[in-house]
Amino acid sequence: MNELLVRSGGLYTTVQDTGRFGYYHMGMPPSGAMDVYSAVVANMLVGNPDDAGVLEGTYVGPRLEFTDDRMVAVTGADVPVTVNGESVEPWTAMRVGAGDVLEFAMIRSGCRVYVAVSGGIDVPVYLGSRSTYTLTGIGGHQGRKLVDDETLPLGAAGGRARGGAAVPEALRPALDVPAELRTVVGLCSYRLTEGALASFLGTDWKVTKDADRVGYRLRGGSLDFTEREQPFGAGSDPANVVDLGYPVGSIQVPGGDEPIVLLNDAVTGGGYATIGTVISVDRDRIAQTKTGDAVRFTSVDLDTALAARRDRRERIERVRREIAR
Amino acid sequence: MATIKAQMPGVFYRRPAPEKPVYVDDGEEISAGQTIALIEVMKTFNELKADAAGTVAEFLVADGDEVDVGQDIVRLGEA
Repeated sequence: MNELLVRSGGLYTTVQDTGRFGYYHMGMPPSGAMDVYSAVVANMLVGNPDDAGVLEGTYVGPRLEFTDDRMVAVTGADVPVTVNGESVEPWTAMRVGAGDVLEFAMIRSGCRVYVAVSGGIDVPVYLGSRSTYTLTGIGGHQGRKLVDDETLPLGAAGGRARGGAAVPEALRPALDVPAELRTVVGLCSYRLTEGALASFLGTDWKVTKDADRVGYRLRGGSLDFTEREQPFGAGSDPANVVDLGYPVGSIQVPGGDEPIVLLNDAVTGGGYATIGTVISVDRDRIAQTKTGDAVRFTSVDLDTALAARRDRRERIERVRREIAR
Repeated sequence: MATIKAQMPGVFYRRPAPEKPVYVDDGEEISAGQTIALIEVMKTFNELKADAAGTVAEFLVADGDEVDVGQDIVRLGEA
């Protein structure tokens, strides 16, 4: 039937893949799975290409009913998962059939769950991606989060997935807090006083309620900017600079009090000083922190960021080998 | 002790709007599925619903407090 029934949409569940690239210069953020590793591994478990459409649930996961024989896998946050009320293992490929219902209980740690179904969530490809960008209502399933009692299209199930294949514990991401976020300091860190930069790196910041796919607003300290003459074209807030492009993962501090880490659905440029950028690999980490959790920033150089990216790629290939065994 | 727990983290509110009365008072009887409070997170206000019927013995968090997933919000007495 190639359909998946959404019995309950959960709190904020969207269709995502590995992202929509090539339009950032036009103001289009990449969207895509916030925790890329978990999304890619979920796809691997069910025999999908790495960039197939998956479901990303937030805090309260969806309730899903299958209409035909599929492989399904759940990754990401630590949350009890059931099929027809029976407890099942996450990070494991499972066979399900028509009428089977997958459901989540309350999360224990982490924030986002990923559900991959063999064949993939086959929503239309928009600008090269199935990812949902809800702020403008494009991509994914009708450009929005899932609601109760609707139907999602699935691709034809096929593939060579093996039921029971599981990701070893050592290759599942850490969800402990405070989450350490490796950060390349810049582009506008020159706007901070020396003391403020040290304080930024030395503070355990708390994730506020304003933390979603657009960005994470943090609280816990106050940062001072150096005195300066307001440049032409810059706003009057000490945190303002002349407009620049914002890297995904960049950190701005409007008013000096509440740093915001810009994430997958964020604005692509503007006039706030970006004092650092969380390295791409550790965006997976912040994606699994929830309101109330603590994060801290550690300064790393670009070589470290690139090495971390290579390491993640190698981890993904190790998972692929483990699953294929 | 039977309780109603927060399903998500966020900021807890007992009333639908600042000028409105609280959803339920201490000592009031509630039915399963009834909205008893709001939790604000990710720029949305989400209804917290009773998962079982009973009497509200006590609210364990104050209006405007931050709550975590799984935190006890209401202690229930006998229905």
